[in-house]
Formats: sequence, structure tokens, C-alpha cells
Amino acid sequence: MLSKRVIPCLDVRDGRLTKGIKFAGNADIGDPVESARRYYEEGADEIVFYDITASHESRGIFLEVVEKVAAVIAIPFSVGGGIASVPDMRDVLLAGAEKVSVNSAAVRDPELIARGAEAFGSQAIVLGMDVLSVPGNDNLPSGYEVVIHGGRRRTGLDALAWAIRGVELGAGEICVNSIDADGTRDGYDLTITRRIADSVPVPVIASGGAGAPGHLLEALTLGHASAALIASIVHYGEYSIGELKAYLNDQGCKVRVAGAMGAASLGNRP
Amino acid sequence: MLAILDYGAGNQTSVARAFAMLGVPARITAEPAAIASAWGLVFPGVGAAGQAMRHLAGSGLDRLLKDWVAQGRPLLGICLGCQILLEYSEENGMETLGLIPGRTRRFDSSRREEGGRPVAVPHMGWNSVRPRRPSPLFAGLEEVEEFYFVHSYYAEPAPEYVLADTSYGGDFCSALGRDGLWAVQFHAEKSGPAGLRLLDNFHRYCRERFHAQ
Repeated sequence: MLSKRVIPCLDVRDGRLTKGIKFAGNADIGDPVESARRYYEEGADEIVFYDITASHESRGIFLEVVEKVAAVIAIPFSVGGGIASVPDMRDVLLAGAEKVSVNSAAVRDPELIARGAEAFGSQAIVLGMDVLSVPGNDNLPSGYEVVIHGGRRRTGLDALAWAIRGVELGAGEICVNSIDADGTRDGYDLTITRRIADSVPVPVIASGGAGAPGHLLEALTLGHASAALIASIVHYGEYSIGELKAYLNDQGCKVRVAGAMGAASLGNRP
Repeated sequence: MLAILDYGAGNQTSVARAFAMLGVPARITAEPAAIASAWGLVFPGVGAAGQAMRHLAGSGLDRLLKDWVAQGRPLLGICLGCQILLEYSEENGMETLGLIPGRTRRFDSSRREEGGRPVAVPHMGWNSVRPRRPSPLFAGLEEVEEFYFVHSYYAEPAPEYVLADTSYGGDFCSALGRDGLWAVQFHAEKSGPAGLRLLDNFHRYCRERFHAQ
């Protein structure tokens, strides 16, 4: 049986983390490579990087970060933000990522998903979607609408219908980020997470709202998610990934036991 | 030095990076002379069996692999590089290398989750690997260790070649081989410390064999 996955998410701007990350007892770290290494050693199952850089010029800096990350972590990682074409996808995959995440660009150009899946396989294409709870109507029967540009622009797309379409086009995974829950630390939106998870044959990653270990448990059990995306709950040193996973295992939610081999076996030997 | 067979497999750079993390010298190459001098050969693979077989046949690397194994030299297949060591693959209905008896099959809809839903294909994520026979490949690893998988097809070798299995709506073989001819379905290069340990085990085995000669 597959283990449920715990996935920290790092936002990168101009090659640095947008906010410093504080590991237990340590000062802020702004280096995405160092943070990736720490999360890897703590037992992260994957890592997600978002390039929130606006400018074209700093794209090269971001790709350098991806390459440096690939050299220090031996787990899969995905890259999102600014992926709008097959060449964009190829750049990050060649730099060492396993998966690319498409979001706004796929809303504007849904065939991007199909082109990516054809070029690299569905397992490499994650459809990320920001969803907003709205009054349900004939056009938005699920009661959730897809929004883009960080929630500032509504699309008129029904979240559930868009998820199903994305999988038909070739997405191998869906990341459902609730704009309502994001940043609240009050827990994931279990309703839309579960509705999408029950309606598509691919894994669903719950995103937005994690503030306590119980929130991850809810998403992975009641929410039927295959993975939980986390950010501030680990970024400020409140919990380590090892602690979260130990909790999940204690609660009967199967996750890969962190550090079974011990980080010591990782060191470079002469 | 280890050689990582260069035939354009998508994960060959990841495999090279994993050995670099271990401090193990490994080189991606298709040069017969470089391969001949290597302690062991890693055979990576991502993608479809048909395309991989055509590439190997077109470049003569299929012959090189067969000779390598015929000489009893150490080989580690990974993912697609595991499956095409067998005789036949249901993917593209292809004859494959035939270095290990058995065939590659697709996860079919008879495999069900506990709730009764057919399992999702591809099988993607971390899953437990249970060693069934002692092997130097799993030295120092826990009884049940988790590794990272991404695949829609799986190897079904002759029973005496099964080294480890994994459950996904029923069991399948996740590691196979014997006497230094080994293969794993999971991506050891992306399986964290456990995967690195397995790769290091292969390297140590190759080094010892080389120096014993």
C-alpha cells in the first residue's frame, strides 16, 4: 500500500526564499538549497518549489537553484510558477526536477497539459489549482471556482469540472489549494479536496490551511488526499517533518518513517 | 568506477547525481571501452519498452548488455531497465533482452484497493519493499524499507529470481535477480537514504568483485 506523502512547499524569488525559514533552534535561513537539504534529512517525501519571480531575467537564477537542489536531495521534487510552455517544462526537468506544476497557464491554454504529458509522461505533470468557495449555481455546481493570479482573478471554471478535465488532458496529479483556507492555519478545505479526490483516478495533494498535525491527518483520511502540502507549520520551526510524520503514523495513517536509515548514512565519503 | 549506460534514459542524470552524493565515481557512458573497464554497470530507464529496445538495438548496446551478463559481470537495472531484462513486455508487445526468465505485465483492473476501487495506474509514490531472499543489495537496510516508485508495468520473473516484493492491490516483484545480476522496479536514485544505501551496496559489491579478480 502506498504511503501518504508530506510535502513542504518553498517559495523562491530571485534565488532566495521569500521568507526566511527557521529550523528548531536556528536562525532564519533564506537559502532554498539549504532548506531543501534540511527537509530532505527530516524525512520529506517530496518538495515543491514555486518560482514567484516576475521577471524573465531571474529565470536563470531559479534554474540554477533547481540544479543545486537536485545535487543535494535524493527524493523527487516538483517545480511550479512561470511554467507556460513545453520548453519551460523541459528546462526544469533537465535541471533535475521530476515534475512540473502548471496553474494559470493551463487555465489560459488547457492543451498545455496534453502537450506536457505527451512530451514527458503524465507522471511529470501536476495540475495546480487555486479554488475559492462560491455560492453554487448551474455554472459552478461544485460550489468552488478556479481562480488565478493568487486568487485575484476569477475564471468562471468549476473546480471539480476543471480537475476532471485536467486529468483527461493528461495531468498525473492534482494539487488543490484552497484560497479560503490558505494562510488561516485553520485546516485544509476537506470538502473540495475530498470531492476532487473521489472523482479523479490520480493522486490529489491537499494544500492551504495546515496549522496543526491534526489538519494533515484530516486531509489524508477524511479528505481522501494522497499527500499534504505544508508551509508555515514547518517553516517557522514549530514542528519538524519528523514530528508530523511520527504523529500521523501513531494515528494509523501510513507514512514513510522518517530517517529509518538515519541521516548519517548520507554523508559524502571520500 | 561504475558505468551508467547512456541510451538517453530520462533518469540517467538522477542516477549519476545519487552516486555523486555518495562520493562514488560513476560515469554516464555508451563507450564500449569505458564500460569494459568499469567495475559494474547500471542500466537506468524511464519511458516505454518499445522505444528503449529500438534505441538499444539501433546502437548495438543490446549486444553489449548481453555480453556483459554472459561474462557474469555485475549489473543493476532500474525501473524500465529492470523490466526489459526479462524476455517479453506487455508494453508494446515487445520481445525484450531475455537476460532473466520471465515477463513484464501491466497492472490490470483486477487489482483493487481496500475500498474496492481499482488501484490507480501508474503506481506512484513511496511503498514498502519486503526482501524475500538475502542479498548483498539489501545489506544494512531495515526489514521493510520504503522506496519511491513510478510505473504502470511490473516484472514477473521466474520465482527463483524474486528478491523482494511490494503490495499494490496484490503483491508484485519489486526487486529481482541473483549473483550480481540485479534489478529494482523502484527509483533507488530518488528513494532517500534507503535508496542511496542500496546503490552504495551495489557499488561495494562491484568493487569487491573487481579487486578479487
